[in-house]
Amino acid sequence: MTKDYIIDIQHLSKSFGDVKVLDDINFYVRQGEFITLLGPSGCGKTTLLRQIAGFVNPDEGRILLDGKDISGIPPHKRPLNTVFQRYALFPHLDVFDNVAFGLKLQKLPSKEIEARVKKMLKMVSMTDYEDRSVDSLSGGQQQRVAIARALVNYPKVLLLDEPLAALDLKMRKDMQLELKEIHRKMGITFIYVTHDQEEALTLSDTIVVMNEGRIQQIGTPTEIYNEPVNSFVADFIGESTILNGTMIRDRRVEFMGHEFDCVDEGFGENVPVDVVVRPEDVIITGSPEGAQFSGVVESCIFKGVHYEMFVDTDKGYELMVQDYDSFEPGTTVGLSINPDDIQVMRKERTCNVLEAEVTGEGLINMLGCEWECRVPEQFKQGDKVLAEVDFGKVDLLDNREDGKLGGEVHFLLYKGDHYHLTILTDDGDHLWVDTDDIWDKGDLVGIDILPEDIKIKSRND
Amino acid sequence: MKKVLAKCYIWLLLAMLYAPLLFIAVFSFTESRVMGSWAGFSLKLYQNLFSGNVSGGTALLSAVENTILIALIAAAFSMVLGTVAAIGIYNLKGRARRTMQFLNNIPMINPDIITGVSLFLLFVFLRFSQGYVTVVLAHITFCTPYVVLSVMPKLSQMNPNIYEAALDLGATPAQALWKVLVPELRPGMISGFMMAFTMSLDDFAVTFFTRGTIGLDTLSTYIYADARKGGLTPELRPLMTLIFLVVLVLLIIINIRATRSKKATE
Repeated sequence: MTKDYIIDIQHLSKSFGDVKVLDDINFYVRQGEFITLLGPSGCGKTTLLRQIAGFVNPDEGRILLDGKDISGIPPHKRPLNTVFQRYALFPHLDVFDNVAFGLKLQKLPSKEIEARVKKMLKMVSMTDYEDRSVDSLSGGQQQRVAIARALVNYPKVLLLDEPLAALDLKMRKDMQLELKEIHRKMGITFIYVTHDQEEALTLSDTIVVMNEGRIQQIGTPTEIYNEPVNSFVADFIGESTILNGTMIRDRRVEFMGHEFDCVDEGFGENVPVDVVVRPEDVIITGSPEGAQFSGVVESCIFKGVHYEMFVDTDKGYELMVQDYDSFEPGTTVGLSINPDDIQVMRKERTCNVLEAEVTGEGLINMLGCEWECRVPEQFKQGDKVLAEVDFGKVDLLDNREDGKLGGEVHFLLYKGDHYHLTILTDDGDHLWVDTDDIWDKGDLVGIDILPEDIKIKSRND
Repeated sequence: MKKVLAKCYIWLLLAMLYAPLLFIAVFSFTESRVMGSWAGFSLKLYQNLFSGNVSGGTALLSAVENTILIALIAAAFSMVLGTVAAIGIYNLKGRARRTMQFLNNIPMINPDIITGVSLFLLFVFLRFSQGYVTVVLAHITFCTPYVVLSVMPKLSQMNPNIYEAALDLGATPAQALWKVLVPELRPGMISGFMMAFTMSLDDFAVTFFTRGTIGLDTLSTYIYADARKGGLTPELRPLMTLIFLVVLVLLIIINIRATRSKKATE
C-alpha cells in the first residue's frame, strides 16, 4: 500500500515547549505530485516541511520515504533538497559554484558537473549569469539560482518553503508559471509551502490545508474550493460568505431566513449547519421577480474583471456578490443560488463545551477561575462535569480587567449578520463567541458569563 | 570666529594625542643616547636594530621575538575559540543569548591589572609552573572576547538559512562549517585576529603577572625593567616607531575592511 507513495507521513506530532505545533499529521505524497501545504502563518506548515527535510526531529510519528523510515537520518543524508524562503544562496560563491555545490560534494567528475549545472541554469533561464556574484542578482534571479541549486542534485522530492513570498506580484505570477513548467519537465515530486491560497490553487495537484497544527482538509484545488469541509477552509480559500443554517431534511436547507434546495444529504433532519456561498455563485438580477429572495445593493466596487457588491437581504443579512454587471447602491435586486452552488458543512460545534469541576454550592471552576451558576442537585463538590455556554451568551468587555478572565481575539468569521469569534483565553483555552460588535484580530478582551447562561451536564452524557 | 576656535580646538587635541608619537619618531633618527638631545640626523639606531648590534645585547631582540610570537599564537587561538563561541552565542535564544553577550563584555571592561592578578592566583592555585605557556593562555583569555565581538555582527548579517542550505545539499556539519560558515565569517574573524594581535602586543599588566620567574620578557616588560635600570636603550626609539607604523597599517586595513563590508550590505 505505502509503496505507491514517495512520502508517507504517519501520526507526526511536534511541540515547542508547551505549544503543540503539529498534532497527529497524516498524509501521503504520490510520485511526481505537486502538493501544497497551505495555511496561515503559525499553522505549522513550515515546521512540517523542516521535519521532512530533517532540520527538526518529530516528537512522535514517522516519515517514510519510499517506504523507509527516515526519521533518524540527518538532513545531509536525505535525498531531498530544499528551496529556502529567502533563497539562502552562498554569497561567497558565484552563480555557477552555488549550483555546483551539491555536485562537488558528491565528488562527481568536473565535466559532468559542468554539463549538469549548465543544463539546469538553462532550465531556469539563467544561462548567461554563471560568473556573476549572487549579490548582484535581483530577487527573482536569486530564486531561480536557488531552484537550480536544489534541482541539479536530482532530489527524490523538492521541498519549497514559500519560495515566492519575497517577490513582487508580477514576478510571482511569472515564477508560478515557470515552477509549474519545471515541475512538468523534471517529473520530480514537489512539496510546496505557502500561505497564499491563490498560489496554492494555481500550482497544486493536491492541497493540504492546515490550521493550528492540524490538517483541516486534503483535496484537489477544485475540491477544496468547491467543497470546503469546515468554515475555516471556506473562509481561508477564496472569498465566501459563511452563514448559520439548518438542514431541514435531505436536499433542503434553510439559511438567511429562506429555504433553498441543495444537493447535500445525510445530515439528518433539523440539524444546525454552516452554509458557504461563494460570491460569484449568487445570481443577481435587476428585479426581485422570479428570484429566490431580494435585497438592496449596499455598495458596489469595480474589481478589474467583475464588480463586487454587498447586498442587504430582505431578512437582514449581508451577502457578498460578484457579477460582471454592476448595480447602483440603493437598487432593489433579485437574488438566487443554484442548488449545487450551496455548500453545506457540518458544524464543528454548536456551543462551548467546557470542562468544569463543582467547587461548592452554586460554584464551579472552569477556564481557571470560579463561576457562579445553577448546579443541579445530583452533583456534589469535587464532581467533574461539563459546562455548556451558548456562543451568544459569552459577554466580551473592552477592558480585560473588567472581565472574570482575559483573552485575545484569535480568529474572526463574519456570518452574514453577526461575527463568530474564536477567543484564546489567558490560559490558552478556546472560547467561541457570537457577537454583533466589531472586534479586530488581536484585540484584548475581558470575558464574562452570567450564572444563568452556564448549563451543567454530566461528563458521561 | 567660532569656526576658528573650533578648528584650534581640534588641532590642539590632535597635537596632544600625537605629539609623543611624533617626538619618538623624530628622535629615532639621531644617535644621541639621551632622549631629547638632538645629535644630528642619522640612521645608526635603525642599523643597530636590524644588525642586532643593540646596546642591551640580545635581550631586546628576544623580547621583540617573544612579543610577536605570543601575539600571533594568542591571536590565532583566540580567533578559533572566539568564532566558535560567537556561533554558539548566536544560536542561543532570548535571555540566554543576552546573558552570554553581557558575560563576554565584562572581561573587556575589566581592568587588566585585575585580570592579571586573578590569572596569577589561578595559576598558582592550579600549580601551573609559570612561563611561556601561562602567558599565552592568559593572552588567549583576554583576547577571545574581542574576536567574539567582531564575529557576532557577521553572524547577524548572515542569512540564517545558509548553514542549513549546505546541509541540505549534502554537506556534513563539518563541511558546512568549513565551506560555508567560515568563508562568510572570514572578514569578522580576520578583524578579530588583528584586534587580538594588537591587544596582546600592547599588554603589560597581564604578562607581568603571569610570566613567572624564568626571565621571560616581552617588549613591554623589557622596557619596564630597562627604564628602571636608568635610561631607555636608544634602539627602542626606532623600534617603537616601527611598531607604531605596523599598528597604524593594521588599523587602516581594519577600517577599510569595515567600510567595504558596510557598503556590501547596503
